[in-house]
Amino acid sequence: MAEVLDVAVRLVAIVAVFLVLPLVAGQMEHKAMAHMQSRLGPMYAGGFHGWAQLIADGVKFAQKEDVIPAAADRRVFGLAPAVALVPYLVVMVVIPIGPGLVGVDLDAGLFFVLAVMGVGVLGSIMAGWSSGNKYSLMGGMRSAAQLMSYELPLVLAASSVAMAAGTLSLPGIVEAWQWWWLPWQAIGGVVFFMAGLAELRRPPFDMPIAESEIIMGPMTEYTGIRFALFMLAEYAGIIVLSALTSVLFLGGWHGPLLPGPVWMLIKVFALVFVVIWVRVSYPRLREDQLQKLAWAGLVPLALVQLALTGVVKVLTV
Amino acid sequence: MDEYFGSYAVVVVLFAIGVVIFAGALFANRMLRPNRPTPDKLTTYECGVDPVGDGWAQSQVRYYVFTYLYVVFAVDAVFLFPWSTIFDAPGFGMTTLVEMFVFLGFIALGILYAWRKRVLAWT
Repeated sequence: MAEVLDVAVRLVAIVAVFLVLPLVAGQMEHKAMAHMQSRLGPMYAGGFHGWAQLIADGVKFAQKEDVIPAAADRRVFGLAPAVALVPYLVVMVVIPIGPGLVGVDLDAGLFFVLAVMGVGVLGSIMAGWSSGNKYSLMGGMRSAAQLMSYELPLVLAASSVAMAAGTLSLPGIVEAWQWWWLPWQAIGGVVFFMAGLAELRRPPFDMPIAESEIIMGPMTEYTGIRFALFMLAEYAGIIVLSALTSVLFLGGWHGPLLPGPVWMLIKVFALVFVVIWVRVSYPRLREDQLQKLAWAGLVPLALVQLALTGVVKVLTV
Repeated sequence: MDEYFGSYAVVVVLFAIGVVIFAGALFANRMLRPNRPTPDKLTTYECGVDPVGDGWAQSQVRYYVFTYLYVVFAVDAVFLFPWSTIFDAPGFGMTTLVEMFVFLGFIALGILYAWRKRVLAWT
């Protein structure tokens, strides 16, 4: 009984994190972007600096009419937001925020994370195909191409950490972490974070959405609650990517003075800020530049990191 | 063995919770929303003008080469994971390190080949 209760508490905590942190990240994006562009951002909803803006948006989305275009493939169209959203919730089960504070410690945790995160991208491919809209289809194709190209550097950079730690379990990796891994795994960390950004289709890697050329890509035909769920998936993805980068490359809960989960939260939100910062700072890459960056830039760098990890690890043992 | 699959049971439960969240959101939406479809509303959106031609348009797909590249390399990369946990075990050290460079050499050669074949550049 106690065991069931323990699991239930962990699951409730994961669901709470999944529903709250993306909103915090979204609000942070509103405000950080606004200040970087010398404007105020939302100021009205909720009274204090527009803190309730996203809640108001959610209420609006929940009462909007659900329009499914006549040309769409209804069943796939309806299912696509779930395929985009649910994987990010499932991934959160293996991310540790402190010693022993993890949903479940899978021994193949890292592999599980990469496999499940890949499923999330299928949502936007499904949306692109089923909408029966030319622009959606182009966006879906771009999503697929982007997933193909950036999955490889992501996997290679992640396996470099697995080599360093000698385990695939995420809590195990954080326990094995030492401060000097920061310079040692720095290349892998940058590659992982950039490839993750590309998988999330965040600017400057937002060719699939590119609202100035293909309207909204795969999400063009979506309205109301289904569109809101796509948005939630994007921000949950940012949280998951930042948390994974913290766990794999920045030492997760390690840090002086403050308790572990606080350090984890600080690292996650520092990375969320970087995600927003990059969005405001860089223009969108062209499709061929995007592919070239992956194959001629990130993959070779990830291979260099693998070699470096292997040599240092074998020589120091 | 029982405990091993037991840890995945938690994953399955969380997946079920995710499905419930999705279904709950759609149900709440159904309770709250109006529903007044008109033929105009259900047409495909194309920048405000009437849609031209069919929904699934033909276009040149330049990305298929990347799919080939991906399949080749990702299948290799999967083998990295079991290898990475044991490669520095006592007695393996140098052997596996040399093996790793062979592996990296293959991938690097593949990318170099793709580059020389100009599939990474669009004309």
